[in-house]
Amino acid sequence: MGVVQGDQMILNIGPQHPSTHGVLRLEVMTDGEIVSRITPHLGYLHRCFEKHCENVTYEQVIPFTDRCDYLAAMNSNFGYVVAMEELMDIKLTERVEYIRVIMAELNRIASHLLGVGAYGLDVGAFTPFVHMLRDRERILDIFEYTCGARLLYNYMWVGGVSHDLPKDFEKICFRFLDYFEPKIDEYNQLLTYNKIFIERTADVGVLPADVAISYGVTGTNLRGSGVKWDVRKEEPYSIYDRFDFNIPIGEAKFGTLGDCFDRYWVRILEMKESIKIVRQALKDLPSGDIFETMPKKIRPPKGSVYRRTESPRGDLGYYIVSDGTAVPERVKMRSPAFTALSCLDEISQGWMMSDVLCILGSLDIVLGEIDR
Amino acid sequence: MSFSEIKLLIQDRFPKSVIENENISEGQIEIDGSLWKEIATFLKNDPKLLFDQLECLTGIDTGEEGPLQSRYNLHSMELRHKIEIIISHDRKDPKVESIEQIWRIGDWFERETYDMFGIVYEGHRDLRRILCPDDWEGWPLRKDYELQETYHGIMVPKIKEEEGWE
Repeated sequence: MGVVQGDQMILNIGPQHPSTHGVLRLEVMTDGEIVSRITPHLGYLHRCFEKHCENVTYEQVIPFTDRCDYLAAMNSNFGYVVAMEELMDIKLTERVEYIRVIMAELNRIASHLLGVGAYGLDVGAFTPFVHMLRDRERILDIFEYTCGARLLYNYMWVGGVSHDLPKDFEKICFRFLDYFEPKIDEYNQLLTYNKIFIERTADVGVLPADVAISYGVTGTNLRGSGVKWDVRKEEPYSIYDRFDFNIPIGEAKFGTLGDCFDRYWVRILEMKESIKIVRQALKDLPSGDIFETMPKKIRPPKGSVYRRTESPRGDLGYYIVSDGTAVPERVKMRSPAFTALSCLDEISQGWMMSDVLCILGSLDIVLGEIDR
Repeated sequence: MSFSEIKLLIQDRFPKSVIENENISEGQIEIDGSLWKEIATFLKNDPKLLFDQLECLTGIDTGEEGPLQSRYNLHSMELRHKIEIIISHDRKDPKVESIEQIWRIGDWFERETYDMFGIVYEGHRDLRRILCPDDWEGWPLRKDYELQETYHGIMVPKIKEEEGWE
């Protein structure tokens, strides 16, 4: 951290702090009220995910992926199984693909709800958080009805999914979407267009596009900086190329392009796009057997694969190396929140102490995924 | 640009650095680590390549006898193409030039790979452990890793040795 001089002061935030979204310790060097440098200390939640993977079979890795990004466990599963299927060259039945997309998009909505809700909480708006948790609960109920679990699903398996959709799933899902869609406008009135919220977030923590790319920032944070990049569109996996949806990008709505508000706003817009995708998928949902393409033994051929998918936090990549046995040789998770957090130091410099938590919240990190 | 065109371009510029290896798959290039920083600068700045994003850096231990490897997945946001670079390191003295100042995310990725495999990225300005505690012993993801018995007086539980999952 260097020598402390004059008005400089080292302030310690965390590891136990409500605004760090997990157990993260920030060592902040301040000059008066102005932040001059931040050193994040990670690893408080390190559970040796990658080491564990080398000691269990391929299918036993899936529950571990749940626990990495625990706010979007479906998307974590999805990334892993997509990579595995690419490695093993498995073609899935239509029904499985549709079910997966529905689940992944519902989970994206749930994750963004908590992301923007907790962000409101970070800057001092408590009520929207409660409203968003209420609606997130409905999505969790749908998941519970489908596979019995509310947060950690272990739902997507290599070559299939663990449970077929239950009775009346379409009806329940449509009912939820009809209920939820107008709620987004309600959030906008409650939080987005709140003058204090705009004052706190617009023009704050500007992340220019070239800096974002150099830091490997992806997903909503990168799109907030105005870069039109979405793995679902650019490198379509599963059946995302069939759906009609837009990629919302930051548009400097109230301040500079790439500020905290833009990152927040992209998440709100993305929920609408996810609703669109779920509606289309539910409409075309074919019938079929979900266990048909599930391999009896998972023995991928020798080789390696790197595949990235779009999780709510950005490009979630899995690098899997197989040596031809039932146990992976190496599984590496390229976690989007890890790269997003790495740019915190750069974009926080020169801002007030109170803005640091505002900037951190706008990156929407999940520590389970950073520390793995 | 297609993979073979990218490979030709690198081969033309650094003929001695590209290693022909039949065991690697499509999309991967194995190179010699000695000129890595120069090659990386070329990959980022050449107007035909413009690899502006380091997607992923994976460390791999190829086994008790084999070398350690760093695998760099590069992607160009500008031109929308990608490539994977493989660099092998000597097991006894694994080191390679750092690209931390070329792609800023290299900072944390290299720290992570150093933490797990002990690969030294020369020229990195802040090469510390990132996920494990600073005073942790050994390189956890190496195949010959042995757990330390105690850590600050706490017993470290051993992983149960299984017969395998066959």
